[in-house]
Amino acid sequence: MKLTRTKSYKVFRAALWAENPISKQILGICSALAVTVQLKTAFVMALSLTLVICFSNVLVSLLRNYIPRNIRIIAELVIIASLVILADQILKAFVYDISKQLSVFVGLIITNCIVMGRAEAFAMTNPPLPSFFDGLGNGFGYGLILMAVAFIRELLGSGKLFGIQVVPDAFYAAGYANMGLLVLAPGAFIVIGLLFWLQNALTPEKKI
Amino acid sequence: MKWLKDLFDSQKKHFEKGGKFERFYPLYEANRTLFFIPGHTAPSRPHVRDGLDLKRLMSFVIIALLPHFFFGVYNAGYFANLNSGLPLDLVSVMQRGFVIVLPLVIVSYGVGLFWEGLFSVIRKHAISEGFLVTGLLYPLILPPTLPLWQAAVGITFGVIIGKEVFGGTGKNLVNPALTARAFVFFAYPVTMSGDSVWIASKAGATHVADAVSGATALAVSAAAAGPAPVEQSLAKAGFTLKTLFWGMYPGCIGETSTFLCIIGALFLCLTGIASYRIIVGGIIGVLAMGLFLNFIAQPSSSPYMSLNPLYHLVMGGVAFGITYMATDPVTGPGMNRSKWIYGFFIGVLTVIIRIFNPAYPEGAMLAILFMNMFAPLFDYIEIKVKLKKRIPNV
Repeated sequence: MKLTRTKSYKVFRAALWAENPISKQILGICSALAVTVQLKTAFVMALSLTLVICFSNVLVSLLRNYIPRNIRIIAELVIIASLVILADQILKAFVYDISKQLSVFVGLIITNCIVMGRAEAFAMTNPPLPSFFDGLGNGFGYGLILMAVAFIRELLGSGKLFGIQVVPDAFYAAGYANMGLLVLAPGAFIVIGLLFWLQNALTPEKKI
Repeated sequence: MKWLKDLFDSQKKHFEKGGKFERFYPLYEANRTLFFIPGHTAPSRPHVRDGLDLKRLMSFVIIALLPHFFFGVYNAGYFANLNSGLPLDLVSVMQRGFVIVLPLVIVSYGVGLFWEGLFSVIRKHAISEGFLVTGLLYPLILPPTLPLWQAAVGITFGVIIGKEVFGGTGKNLVNPALTARAFVFFAYPVTMSGDSVWIASKAGATHVADAVSGATALAVSAAAAGPAPVEQSLAKAGFTLKTLFWGMYPGCIGETSTFLCIIGALFLCLTGIASYRIIVGGIIGVLAMGLFLNFIAQPSSSPYMSLNPLYHLVMGGVAFGITYMATDPVTGPGMNRSKWIYGFFIGVLTVIIRIFNPAYPEGAMLAILFMNMFAPLFDYIEIKVKLKKRIPNV
């Protein structure tokens, strides 16, 4: 069987573009607004979410036949919460500064609808391997949008990329100024909206 | 005019279906209807018989704006020359004013029309005349010292986000010119913040500095502290009620003169373009909120609260905003009572933002944009209430 025909590949690919968690499922918007002022924080956030979602999908999928239906939400929450605490502690141990900037948002991955949504919608009914790739795809899809938004916001809002100044000083001397709006939360709303517009223009949805 | 008509008719075949420039039909159509009444009839109901189509309506607004434009040119030039120690006679002042103001207007029209044209070609809708007004309103509410590229970015944002994403003229929720200004205001607060004035002074013979900034009337009032009434601090800074009314003080290009706003408002109301309900409602709102704050002001509270409410009407852009922005037929409500409420709350919010939010010295822009959002809701409620009152068909 070719790689592109496997279920794992298909779910991975769908989550990246056609069913992108942010732009198509409109999940996880809140953190996309909050952590995208800088690329660095957006990158770390996307990475931690990807890890959490991958492992929560795998764990939920492994346990899917043992979790009673009535209490499945609580069981999923326990799994996700432990993973989030783990991610939070790792960030605090190794990249303390960034973890301080991300503040509460790492902890709030628990309530990020993407993690819960994928566990509920996919991992509960699928074997571990496709679940893992579904988690990976959703994490990357989330990261893709996050990085795109953060790229635009950091470049135009503060003239930097990953904290390094890229807009030359000559520009500022010639009268160029950073766009303060993009550093504010409404700027993120506008950028995300424009990205959705771009995606819909590139691949129009079929009219039902 | 015959040769012009012949020219349009002879070129028409290229732009019609199957012609070489079929894609650019909206551009052709826009230019043609600028000169001639369109020959086509409305394809579907309602068939309203009215000599006043969108194009004539918009040209009336432009006529009303022209005094503001010329006064703005004079004003900008006067203070630039005064500041650089150049002669203050009419000719040199106007000359200087045009050098300052015209580039802004050209940028606004050029960049705005480019986006408008691009969207009309891609989406195949007609180029709207509404832009002629937006393109003139926008530079009039800008400070004369704004860098041109910032003005260009602003109008781009205003046309695309304020109008075209909703589907073009007639479908927009918010006023595009104000959206553009709000964008510049938040994006480039250094050049736009509104707490210091903008006097352009280009490298002249004996100029003092590149640009001088002092406090605006609004900033003086907001910063006024101590037992002395705000009116005194204003008068000390050179802002008496009379100066503020006639408009000979530095500020945004077109909005300083309250007197011209009154003339414009009368003209627009008499020609039936602006709704007097919104304008009067707005004035009542400003005065009512000002009086109310006077009433509740304590000796310990900010002296700004006890400012004579008349000052609120003549300071900053509230008169200009209520006359030309709030009465925008697209973004305002359509029902009569809603118009009163809409105007009233614009006035009230303006005063509230001015006094209680020190970060935004001028509240008119934000108040109008905010109430634009509520206009459809007001209409909806009024229609519901009216339908309730009807005696049901038995």
